[in-house]
Amino acid sequence: MSIIQTGGSDMDASSTLDRTRDPLMIAEDWQNAGRQVAIATVVETWGSAPRPVGSHLVIDAEGNFHGSVSGGCVEGAVVSEAADVIETGQPRMLDFGVADETAWQVGLSCGGRIRVYVERLG
Amino acid sequence: MDTQSLRRLNEARLARRAAILVTDFDDASDHLVFEGERVSAGLDAAIARAFRSGKSGSVEADGKSFFLNVHLPPPRLVVIGAVHISQALAPMAKLAGYDIEIIDPRTAFATPERFPDVTLHADWPENVLQNQPFDAYTAVAAVTHDPKIDDFALKAALDAGCFYVGALGSRKTHAKRVERLTASGVSERRIASIHSPIGLDIGASSPAEIAVAVLGEVINAFRSRGLAEARDEAA
Repeated sequence: MSIIQTGGSDMDASSTLDRTRDPLMIAEDWQNAGRQVAIATVVETWGSAPRPVGSHLVIDAEGNFHGSVSGGCVEGAVVSEAADVIETGQPRMLDFGVADETAWQVGLSCGGRIRVYVERLG
Repeated sequence: MDTQSLRRLNEARLARRAAILVTDFDDASDHLVFEGERVSAGLDAAIARAFRSGKSGSVEADGKSFFLNVHLPPPRLVVIGAVHISQALAPMAKLAGYDIEIIDPRTAFATPERFPDVTLHADWPENVLQNQPFDAYTAVAAVTHDPKIDDFALKAALDAGCFYVGALGSRKTHAKRVERLTASGVSERRIASIHSPIGLDIGASSPAEIAVAVLGEVINAFRSRGLAEARDEAA
């Protein structure tokens, strides 16, 4: 049998899981490179929410990030919270929705609500 | 998140192995559970349900609050036939998050030049499937309309409970295909689950448009039918 493998490294042979786009792969690579990392996870959604429960945004200490927890509406707020989480090591639970007082700064224009858990890796 | 948990989770995902990362919100600890592994009595039912549904979520158990993040293998699309449609389908499927593989014993068709960056098997489906059988997370699209190449794979896909089985060909071609599959002992219900004519009815004409129609149909099958049902049928 001839298997013609024309792309990707050996490690990727079994899967097209894209190391350059997958947040959890990136988190591992960043940590291996000595960077401090926070992982944000959508743990609850109510109503219309752009990203499903389980979605990840990963953030490093410089504010670089990959992935998403919304359609770009609240990522900025999560990234700034992540800086504190990386520093203190204390995880945080963040709630976002149009009902929030902060709705005009960060909120979901689609009318949904999401809860995001932010924790430090390692 | 624990460094070892992340490392093991990523390993499992690369190896197409289903896993759930369990996070304890009370003490911020986490651990990885693989399908079939025993866990604490309080979490057992919720874990089993999460593997079946593929849905992540919070659960209360043993007086504590947990988050279950379910990581099922990414759906895989196996295309029988290294034809013009497959050339368009391969990059599209990859972008949509599917593992894509192409099988065609005709070495003039299955060339790396025609299929860059794709896992390509220039061999008969019966040989490839020996080492790498179909599973419930696999979609199979047979597009050679040559019974010598398509039929074995179609039968194997139906037997394995693949979440999508599609076959290219005219109604006349498909009628003959149904006769052959019936003669080889495949049940009427399973044969009826084959998507033929292949692809959503979007008036597709060019090979690339047909690829869009097929990919749309595969995504619809994956999102609407549910893996639990596919697995039950496979059992």
